[in-house]
Amino acid sequence: MTELNTAMVEQYRNSFLQEVEANVEEGEWVKMCMQCGVCAGSCPLGNAWEHPPQEIFMMIRAGKREAVLSSDSMWMCTSCYNCIARCPRGLPITHIMHGLAHYAQRLGLVPKNQPTQKFAQKFWQNLNKKGRVNELKLGLSLYFMNGFGEGVKTSLKMKDIGLGMLKTKRMAVNEAFGGHGVKDLSGFQKIMKKAHELEDARIQKSGN
Amino acid sequence: MAKKEYSFYPGCSSQQGASSSNMQKSVETMCEELDVKINQIPDWNCCAASIGYGGGGELPRLTLSARNIALSEQHNTGQDIVATCAACWLATREAAERFHEDDGLMAETNQALAEAGLKLRNETPIRHMVEVLIEDIGYETIGGKVQRPLEGLKIAGYVGCQTNRPFGIAGESFENPMYLDKLVETLGADPVQNYDKKVQCCGGALAFSEPEKSQDMIKTIIESAYDSSADLIVTPCPVCQMNVEIYQDQINQRHNTKFKMPVVYYSQLMDVAFGRSAKDSALDQQVIKAGKLEEIANK
Repeated sequence: MTELNTAMVEQYRNSFLQEVEANVEEGEWVKMCMQCGVCAGSCPLGNAWEHPPQEIFMMIRAGKREAVLSSDSMWMCTSCYNCIARCPRGLPITHIMHGLAHYAQRLGLVPKNQPTQKFAQKFWQNLNKKGRVNELKLGLSLYFMNGFGEGVKTSLKMKDIGLGMLKTKRMAVNEAFGGHGVKDLSGFQKIMKKAHELEDARIQKSGN
Repeated sequence: MAKKEYSFYPGCSSQQGASSSNMQKSVETMCEELDVKINQIPDWNCCAASIGYGGGGELPRLTLSARNIALSEQHNTGQDIVATCAACWLATREAAERFHEDDGLMAETNQALAEAGLKLRNETPIRHMVEVLIEDIGYETIGGKVQRPLEGLKIAGYVGCQTNRPFGIAGESFENPMYLDKLVETLGADPVQNYDKKVQCCGGALAFSEPEKSQDMIKTIIESAYDSSADLIVTPCPVCQMNVEIYQDQINQRHNTKFKMPVVYYSQLMDVAFGRSAKDSALDQQVIKAGKLEEIANK
């Protein structure tokens, strides 16, 4: 979506904060951050973030558009909600991080081979196919996401875990053929198509 | 006691042959014992959990939950929605709150739902099974059902993240929730006092995409249980249960540890204490056998 990216750069030339407020889920909260850093100290993967949340918020206000959107920091969010529970200003930080990650993906700015981005995308595709997640196919697609050779290696490494799940009937081989899903699949897909259209239209409009 | 009825949202991992089918089995047994009727939301779909945000923007993601709530309001009218999966509960309740706050989003989701003839009224409370146990049934009734007290078992109550934050259970603290310990005590077992990893993150979905980072966190959860001489860990969350149970061999290989700590659901403890068999309690679906709990179940 480089075209959309160009349109957004053009439209919000002077204010990345405004762009985030208009286009990122819960983005209107960003300006409320008071830079206390409780979020950074509360994050279970805090040391894996190049820019912890409060830094991301300050970078947004400072107009560091590319540094923020092409960062892999927000993809380190485990959705533990510690930051939300502790933020003294009540910012929905988890949701803002998810929103920024999604917006970066929409604009095509995610760093190459970001594993959580790949997994998140596979999860979304998997659930939309039949309305419910097919755990077996999701697991396999994840092992093979970096090509066949590495996929075989990962599968071997994970073999014992898979066997344990099979033996305890917490994984089912027949899920590879069809598997669980919603009955009204066509209705489900019509709903999702419409939801995507409405959201895409809203964001397109914001870039024009 | 009058039969209580709820509109039940099991979620993908609770289906037959899925990773928390053991939770589903044990919850069904628990509900039989407590005279609780759970009516599945007909044709429910996935909630997108907390990892669907990559491809799923706000409206498509929340619309998944809107469809479930709308189906529940249509078919299980007047019944509270109850979920056993932390992520299902969280996603559904978050969606309901967002639609309450944002009229534009509510209008758009209804526009999407209309494509399949559905309508969201958004008047239904979205609850966790643990809320039902504590608020609607109560420790006293639960204690009264105990036929086989879990005597001699030391249990680390691992609450995890999403059952605890951002909503949690009313009246409990985010940092040190006590309800799981109280439940363990009610069942006649011995809760680990001051289990310091009770609300530590297990990595959630990142256990798949960032395995080493996640396993480092999981290691601390298990280590702390051993340090407190726990016989087993109990949790309400299907992701916590799976992550903490199934990667122990890999952690052992990487760190030269000898972990073999069973991780069970609260519902499995209740089933055994209520006098049900190991099979009814889904103990046969443990990857790491809960030996001492099985012994009690086989008495």
